[in-house]
Parts: sequence; structure tokens; C-alpha cells
Amino acid sequence: MSDLLYSEEEEALRAAVRDLLADHCDAAGVIARTESDAPHDSSLWKTLADGMGLAGLLVPEDRGGQGATHREAAVVLEELGRAVAPVPYLTSAVVATEALLACRDGDDLLAELASGRGIGVLAVGLHTAPGAAFATVRAADGALHGELTGIADAAVAGVLLVPADDGGLYAVRADAVTVLPQVSLDLTRPVARVVLDGAPGRRLGDTETAVHRALRAGAGLLASEQLGLADWSLTETVRHLKDRTQFNRPVGGFQALKHRLAQLWLETVSLRAAARGAADALAAGEDADVAVAVAQAYAAPVAVRAAEEALQLHGGIGMTWEHPVHLHLKRAKADSIAYGTAGAHREALAELVDLRAP
Amino acid sequence: MTDAAALRRRTREFLSAHPPADTGRLDFLRARFDAGLAWVHFPEGLGGLGLPRSLQAVVDAELEAAGAPDNDPRRIGIGLGMAAPTILQYGTQEQKRRFLKPLWTGEEVWCQLFSEPGAGSDLAALGTRAVREGEHWVVNGQKVWTSSAHLARWAILIARTDPDVPKHRGITYFVCDMTDPGVEVRPLRQITGEAEFNEVFLTGVRVPDAHRLGEVGDGWRVAQTTLNNERVAIGGMRLPREGGMIGPVSKTWRERPELRTHDLHQRLLKLWVEAEVARLTGERLRQQLVAGQPGPEGAGMKLAFARLNQEISGLEVELRGEEGLLYDDWTMRRPELVDFTGRDAGYRYLRSKGNSIEGGTSEVLLNIVAERVLGLPAEPRTDKDVAWKDLAR
Repeated sequence: MSDLLYSEEEEALRAAVRDLLADHCDAAGVIARTESDAPHDSSLWKTLADGMGLAGLLVPEDRGGQGATHREAAVVLEELGRAVAPVPYLTSAVVATEALLACRDGDDLLAELASGRGIGVLAVGLHTAPGAAFATVRAADGALHGELTGIADAAVAGVLLVPADDGGLYAVRADAVTVLPQVSLDLTRPVARVVLDGAPGRRLGDTETAVHRALRAGAGLLASEQLGLADWSLTETVRHLKDRTQFNRPVGGFQALKHRLAQLWLETVSLRAAARGAADALAAGEDADVAVAVAQAYAAPVAVRAAEEALQLHGGIGMTWEHPVHLHLKRAKADSIAYGTAGAHREALAELVDLRAP
Repeated sequence: MTDAAALRRRTREFLSAHPPADTGRLDFLRARFDAGLAWVHFPEGLGGLGLPRSLQAVVDAELEAAGAPDNDPRRIGIGLGMAAPTILQYGTQEQKRRFLKPLWTGEEVWCQLFSEPGAGSDLAALGTRAVREGEHWVVNGQKVWTSSAHLARWAILIARTDPDVPKHRGITYFVCDMTDPGVEVRPLRQITGEAEFNEVFLTGVRVPDAHRLGEVGDGWRVAQTTLNNERVAIGGMRLPREGGMIGPVSKTWRERPELRTHDLHQRLLKLWVEAEVARLTGERLRQQLVAGQPGPEGAGMKLAFARLNQEISGLEVELRGEEGLLYDDWTMRRPELVDFTGRDAGYRYLRSKGNSIEGGTSEVLLNIVAERVLGLPAEPRTDKDVAWKDLAR
């Protein structure tokens, strides 16, 4: 049975990331950044990746990383989720890194990503579930032609990992393509259109295996980010309802609201078990397909509901641009599509656990 | 040598001295109690060795491998799970010596006389009266939802000993002799057709003061030990994947493709995911307990399983289509054991309706989570400083 707890080291890692985010990633700053041309926080990313070495957790030490596992990366993502931190951790340090780990070539890029010197993204639409079809570009004479949409964090990537119609996954430098930001629902993890017009690419390995591995890890660890979102929503709402008085009573004393929050608490602790289960299964390489599908099928509705409840129970203030709850709602809603919807993961389970459709 | 290794050796020595194949079941169980291998976290001389509770698994594994008989724990769950920890914490030496051994071996079955027709969620409002007469207490009242009452030798009983103080302060905790002529047990038939529980009428029942557990008027505090242990027992179960109510419906789905519809498929997958997550949540709670970091999740597990059992069994009745119109057996019976996943889908559907009522309603549990876990304000109370006799009823 998998280990569903946090080790002392994992708790220490959490505390370090939370401290950093408390000092350098306040909600007002994140909101202000979304209104600028540069929604990503590059100085925060530098501290996380370079200063703390967190971008290389999934990379073995002999390939330039920290040699940790998905369990530790999941803890980092919980904290990044709580803060809705606008950094490309999931896309670069998890998804692109996993794709590179599955490729024969590209250890130089792996080391670049692991050290935080470079940011990479997998050029597959963020909505794509593990095992689902995805768009490719045309490869001809070592150059790539085509257009890909919904590529998360492409705006800050130095290298894109591009699937081509010849079955290869190619590394393409960002300065060789055109990246056109799309107006995104989630302002803190924006998506972009990537246009390749004869861009030179370097073939790293086989697309199918690399993309599947990358998306499975992305989906599994996204559950930890969703846990962070839900946990923040619950904690902040409880805090607000203890303080807020109406009818000469704290609003949190009304049973209708207490029951809603208790229900949300139950779903959040359940999500914690599911997310730890997925992280541990990915780390151990056992039962990962089922554990990831279970976690994703459960996480998305819980994170969305938590953010929606947070908004409703904050009342009017929750509807304002100034209050951070909308950051969590937008991230949670976008996350419910990212790496496959809950429904897509349930369909995957139908095959995996032999509960087949009519 | 570690505790675990020493305990394993001790268990093996016990097994060679009392080979299960050549020892009568009851003799084996009594000897196991005397050897301290019954419940290792209990003190020496009372069936234990004063070891951490987690080490019981070492003993159980050795005994199971040797094919040793067990004490049929499901038949005596109330004794083991509720009466025993309360007697251990509050009982006198005489009470512990008298009651714990036959309780553990199953020679004496226990039941619980707590709930009353007028005191369900508000258990502390109970009205069964116990009046002191010399060295005895005379008990009059009615209890309800008492499983095993018709089999039980003893009951744990809470009764009102002082109606003139607020309700929580006027309760005392007793051990009641179920063979007393003033005890009348009547089966209580449920919506499933059977009578798993009883009503118990207490008329002039005489309880010796020596069978009081804890101080006079301190019964509510003593009862908390009983009720907390009930929740530990609920949270401590370990299940394999598809181990609960989701198992039978998944099996039916696989074996009966002609019953499948798209709507049922979506609902089944959703419940399968929720059941698997609830299982993981229970497993995580268990790991926390083993690691000595008990979390508040236990309060939530009962909520989750009640809802899931109801939804899953409801789906299963629907999945069966024409067969869902049938029921296996309405005969009035008094089962000794209740298996929530036993019998057919219709039974499971009806029985699981009780899961959100028994052992604390889901509504009360949500209040408990909101107040004790989340720290939200308590419900307004109008009964705290009012004498029990002046409460509305």
C-alpha cells in the first residue's frame, strides 16, 4: 500500500516554499501582474528554480537534477496552488521534464530545465488527456511547419518540445517560432498559439511515449495543485466566516453555512488522500495509471466547487477584482480541463478497471 | 530484541504450548487472554502486555498463520469496541477482573443501553431514571436501537440519577445485568423486514452500586470514552480496492453486460472513483494513527461511507432492472450478525438508509466537523443551564 502521509523532509520542503511565497507572491502582486504584459513572475521563478533547486526534483542527480521524486514535486505544487503562483513549474519542471526523461536525446536540455537556467514546455494543448489524440506539425527536411494552440506557459519558454507528424518529438528554440498569447481564462497560467514556419528542430525521441508519460505525470501532480487551491479556498472561507458578522452573529455560526463548509472539508481531506496516492504511485511506478485517473477524476470537481463555494460564501467581496478568490476560481476551472477533464479520466478508468461502456 | 520480535517469539511459544489443533476453542481463547495476547495494549493480567496497540497485528498474524480460532469479534463488537475500553478506563479492579475476560472470549455478550425514544441526537436528554436504594439503584425507563440485547448477558447503561441539575451533569453510567427480571427485550422490526435491533424496557431493574462505572453524576464523561472508541473502530477499518459496497455492483456490471446503459455507466464510474477515494482517505487516516499522528479525518469517514453506501446500493437496484422490482425475503428474523454487503441489492439499499442515522446522524456529524475541526461557532444553546426536569419534551 502506498504511503499517503508526508515525511518530515516533505513537510520541511513545504514550509520553505510557503515562507518564500508568503514573502514574494502576495495576491495583490499576482493580480497586478496579470494586468501587465508579463503575467509570469520571473524573479520568483528564479528563486524557486535556481535558488532552491526545485525545478530539478524529478531529474536524477547524474543528469543534473536533485534526484527527488513526484512526492516532493507534489508538495511544491500544493503550495504553488495555494498561492496561484504565476510560475511555469507544472509545465516546465514536471511535464516538459518528464517528456525529456522519456527521450533518448536531449540530456543537455534536461540539465538546462533542471537547473532553472531554461524553461521548456511541451507543445501539446493543455486540455489533452494522457492517451488522447493531439495536434502535430509537419516535419520536412529537418524543418517544422504548422500551428499549435492552447500551449500553456509558451510565452516564457526558451525551448518548445514539438510533436511532429513523423512520430518524432522535436526541440525547437523559442526564437525560431512565433508565440501569440491567447486571451486566457486563467490569467496566471496563460495559453498561447505557436506558429512554426520552417522552424529548425532537433529530434529527441519518440512522441507517443514521451507525450503519454509527460501528460500522465502532469495529470497526476495537477491533483496536488488542485488540493492546494481547495485547501486555500476552505481555509480562507472559514477565516472570513468567523470574522464576518451579520444579524449580530458571526456568519459562520449559521448551520446552513457550517454544513457546507464541513462538507467541503471532507472533500478536501479526501482529495489529499487521492493526490498523495497519485504522487506516490508515480514515484513508485506502480498502479500509476489507475491512481492518476482516480485522482484527476476526483480533484477537478472538488477544486472547482471549493473555489465556487469560497466566492459565494464571501458574498459581494468575492465578486470583486480586488479579492483573490477569482484567481483561484479561474485556475481551478482551467485546471478542470487541463490534462483531461474528470470525465475523460473516468472513461480511462472504464478500461483500466474493466467497467466497460454498454 | 525489538518489541515486535519479542512479541512474535512469545506468540510462537504460546502456540507450541497450546496447539490450536489439540485445544478446545474456549480453552484456547481463555489461555490466550491469560498469556496477555488478547489485546496487547491492555495491562498485564487483563489480557494484555501494556504494549502499543499497533503491535497487536504481530500477534494476529502469527495466530492466523497457525490456524488458531478467534473470538468472533463481529459477534461481540459492542463488548470489544465500546464496553471494554470504558471498563478499562473507569472500572474498579474488581470490575475489570470480573468482566473483561468473558467479554473478550465471547462467553458473555454485551449490549449498549444508550439511545431512547426521546433522546436520539440529544442523547444527554435521556430520561431513564436510576434511584438509589441502599446498596442498589432501581432503574425504570425505555431504551431503543439495542443490537444484541436478546443475546446479551450484560449492558452498558446510562441513566438519569439527578433530574434537578442540567442534563449533562445528572447522568450516571452502570453495568446492567440483562438477566434481571425487570429487563424486557422486544425485537424492533426495521424497513428491511428483519429485527437487527431491540427495544429494551427497564422496570424496577436492580443494579448494585458495585456495578457503577465512574462517579455518580459523571456518566456523560464516561460515555464519551465509549462513543469515541466507537468512532475509532469505524475509522480503523482497512479495505482492499472494491472492498466495500462498490464491490458487488462492479461485479454485476462486469458479469451482466445486458443490464448496462450509458446513464448508469456514468454514475457507476463516478461512484467507483468516490469509493476508491474514500478508501484511500480511510487508509491515510489509518497510517496517521499508526504513525502516532491521529487526524480529525475520522469524523468525516462515517459521513462519506454513509452517503456512498446509499448511492451505490440505490444505483445497484436500478441496474438490476426487472430484478430490481424483487426483494429476497421479508421474513421477520433476528440476525446475530449483520453484513451490510450481504443479501441482495434491495436489502443493501434499505439497510444503508440507516448508515446516516446510526452512531450519530450525518447532520450532527457535520456540526461536529464544523465546530471541532474548523472551529466555527457552536450552535446557540438554550439547554445548558436549565435543570433536566425543566427541559421541553
